[in-house]
Amino acid sequence: MTILHTAVETAPSPLVTERPMVAFEAVTKRFGGADDKSQFTALDGIDLSVARGAITGIIGRSGAGKSTLIRLVNGLEKATSGRVVVDGVEVGGLSENGLRDLRRQVGMIFQHFNLLSSRTAFENVALPLEIAGLSATAIRDKVAPLIDLVGLGDKSDRYPAELSGGQKQRIGIARALATSPKLLLSDEATSALDPETTQSILALLKRINAELGLTVLLITHEMEVVKTIASDVAVIDRGKIVEAGRTFDVFTGAKHETTRSLLSAALGTNLPEWIRSNLKPQPSVGDRVLVRLIFFGSTAFQPLTARLVTELAADVNILAGTIEEIAGEPYGSLVVAYPADPAVTERAERFYAAAGLSTEVLGYVA
Amino acid sequence: MSLDMLFNLLLKALGQTLQMVAVAGLIGALIGLPIGVFLATSGKGELFPAPALNRIIGAIVNAARSTPFIILVVAIIPFTRLVTGTSIGTYAAIVPLTVATIPFVARLAEAAIREVDKGLIEAARAMGATPLQIVFKVLLAEAKPGLTLALTLTLVSLVGYSAMVGAVGGGGLGDLGIRYGYQRFMPDVMLAVVVVLIVLVQAIQSLGDALARRFDKRNRKT
Repeated sequence: MTILHTAVETAPSPLVTERPMVAFEAVTKRFGGADDKSQFTALDGIDLSVARGAITGIIGRSGAGKSTLIRLVNGLEKATSGRVVVDGVEVGGLSENGLRDLRRQVGMIFQHFNLLSSRTAFENVALPLEIAGLSATAIRDKVAPLIDLVGLGDKSDRYPAELSGGQKQRIGIARALATSPKLLLSDEATSALDPETTQSILALLKRINAELGLTVLLITHEMEVVKTIASDVAVIDRGKIVEAGRTFDVFTGAKHETTRSLLSAALGTNLPEWIRSNLKPQPSVGDRVLVRLIFFGSTAFQPLTARLVTELAADVNILAGTIEEIAGEPYGSLVVAYPADPAVTERAERFYAAAGLSTEVLGYVA
Repeated sequence: MSLDMLFNLLLKALGQTLQMVAVAGLIGALIGLPIGVFLATSGKGELFPAPALNRIIGAIVNAARSTPFIILVVAIIPFTRLVTGTSIGTYAAIVPLTVATIPFVARLAEAAIREVDKGLIEAARAMGATPLQIVFKVLLAEAKPGLTLALTLTLVSLVGYSAMVGAVGGGGLGDLGIRYGYQRFMPDVMLAVVVVLIVLVQAIQSLGDALARRFDKRNRKT
């Protein structure tokens, strides 16, 4: 496939110290009027690097500023201060023409697909090429393989209204790839899709990333998305990056409250409401302690619960638990309860240390 | 009146009406559509931001639309004479009809264009489209069903307006109805005029609806 070859040629040599594909340097974005009162700070001192060739996820709740952040990359929004550098070019310093050139090198996909209802799938994918001024023949040669790439070769002549959500997003992806971009921006691309379709779209993005060497920067509020495909992640909360790094490291060592809450929602380790409302910060006699055990890497495969019961020589309840895969590595989380008796807890501490488990005491229940 | 005479009168009047509606509709649309595009895209933060000019043109459009048509006909007689060299007759009647059509089309076109999903504009911008490319490849293309219905409504309204230009000797079906049917008390002429008008309006509306349906790809079955 022709697209593959161009991608291979531009693939960076691993020996060279790579400059990031996107760098945010002390970026602040304010909306609203000139006076302080009517202003709203959407982004506040963002520093972030997006590695070349990687899939980087930015996760946060709605209103955290992630939509604004991703729109700074292709200049749909302008930073109030700080620099946004895309492949060595500062976006803020570009003229309108320069911006248009940049945008042709940066594809974008959207939550609601944003396909033109008046154009067929083929014509939608052709649009960025028409805009770039390619001839009809060149466009035909380019579009057909892209529609095949996203698996919709037989739907070329269908209008968006005749396609399912997942198919529309596939066309959106083909359209974003039409100008052979070096960077793909994904704005909540799977948020309007059901879980199964989400997985198939994520698999497609992963494949494109691997086959074309395309850098992907995605924003989402779904942990599932980041967990499945992002090798790097940044957690954004109220306009600030609160945690960033390799996805597995960030999730397994989650420090910030936002990361933890996103994580427990996604991993199903949220405690049932009746337990949460009865949690006490301090134990009284006869109480049971609630502990979250987190295991990953090699510990994820050990028969831990069986050993836990033996080692503690006490009754152990399992209240919540899950084993997941984060960025391709197994990650387990188990919430257990056992008597808050000093003898038991001391044996437990010893066992955790020996087994290399990280733990968190959640509270106490009667 | 003999049937033959009635037929000839009707045919002549229909010809005048069609002429007035077609010419005023065409010129009015050609001028009104760009104004509609401007109104829909020149607000603050839009494709061609010019909020001050947007307000001025908006105000002119409103003023023109709130002037009763018959007053407009009389008020612009000097302008009509300047354009056609006369203030009486079918050609002269086309001038006020066109002048009334322009703001009508502009507002309807503006509304149709504003219906286009803002996400599409953003997507086009993200592709590196120029504002003009966005207008032609996105806004006008996506608004085509709405614009077709807007033009249909314009033509239907023009048929109604054209009935009033009998006041300046414009002729046409409405004029025939008033002069023969009403003033000379010939109910058969009135009836015939009304029937022809109904058929004409129906035809325009049906044609417009069919075209709009053909352009509209939004509600196709999956």
